[in-house]
Amino acid sequence: MKVLIVGSGNTLYFLCRNFTAKGYQVILINRDREECIRLARQFSAMVVCGDGSDATILKEAGAMGADVVLAVTPNDQDNLVICQLAVLQFAVPRVLALANDPENAEIFEKLGVSAFSTTHIVGSLIEQRVSLEQIINLLPVGEGRVNVTEIILDQDSPVEGKRLKDINLPENALVAVVIRNDQPIVPRGSNELLSGDRIVLITLPENHGLVLKTFTGERK
Amino acid sequence: MKNSLYIVIIGCGRLGSLLANQLSRVGHSVVVIDADESTFDNLSPDFSGFRVVGDATQIAVLKEAKLKNADVLFAATHEDNVNLMVAQVARKVFDVQHVLARVFDPRREQVYDQLGIETICPTSVAAEMFLLAVASVRAGRGDA
Repeated sequence: MKVLIVGSGNTLYFLCRNFTAKGYQVILINRDREECIRLARQFSAMVVCGDGSDATILKEAGAMGADVVLAVTPNDQDNLVICQLAVLQFAVPRVLALANDPENAEIFEKLGVSAFSTTHIVGSLIEQRVSLEQIINLLPVGEGRVNVTEIILDQDSPVEGKRLKDINLPENALVAVVIRNDQPIVPRGSNELLSGDRIVLITLPENHGLVLKTFTGERK
Repeated sequence: MKNSLYIVIIGCGRLGSLLANQLSRVGHSVVVIDADESTFDNLSPDFSGFRVVGDATQIAVLKEAKLKNADVLFAATHEDNVNLMVAQVARKVFDVQHVLARVFDPRREQVYDQLGIETICPTSVAAEMFLLAVASVRAGRGDA
């Protein structure tokens, strides 16, 4: 796979390290001459010094044959234009832009460019995971409108030993699977929840916190 | 004034302020957005429009300027990519009917024609004027 990354700093460095380690062919575009020299020494990747939103530079970097273009500069306007040029002039099949302003993630999608916001991702991770060590897995599905969460029930849980039908679960939430001694059970109302159970919950972002509190109780 | 338009101008440099002053003078409602407050010094004392300090690539700033009510948007900052992004957002998200972006790089102009964004390229315009001037010199010498 041929990956072209436009950006700078740590984001560029670690993305490049990650992708080269996987054996991808990586090409970097960066505006700063000294940073380019440093990157070229550190990686086997091809490094092009210049403005990634300039079609000449993209061409020089071989955008024509790239499988994916990632635009992760600190400027949203540059990331948008880089991705649009890649699609329109170089027929790159997949592009992805960093939206520094989280509101721009949605805007870019409307303009036909796939986008992500690190603020969004980190923010929701922190909100949903903070101080809840019982959560071992969390997966947003359906563009983040639904959460699939895996938790481990411990002794202190307020629902430990209770039957499912006696648990007062908020609207639009579901205990999908209980894994006990490595055996998955799709529970019914008469099933009890025990300490050590791994429980897979389906929640919505609106009731996620409340549902978790039901299963884990108030914790510091 | 009956035919008054609501016009939003991004960038209050030489071009932006010139447009803002003249459009305000003939009675249009004008809002100017610039991240650098000191550029508003370019506005003439009789400028009667609004000033918004902020980065126009942030939707919050465009909302503050009530862009959805605008009839016309001019993107006239010194950065091509800012102008191109704001022009697209104005056209496709805020549904502004008339959008015009200044783009210095003539190669970028072509791409954005494809996206349906109208652009003015000062480089191409100036080149055309120079070439016309050359043509008229030759015509004057009778060897055109």
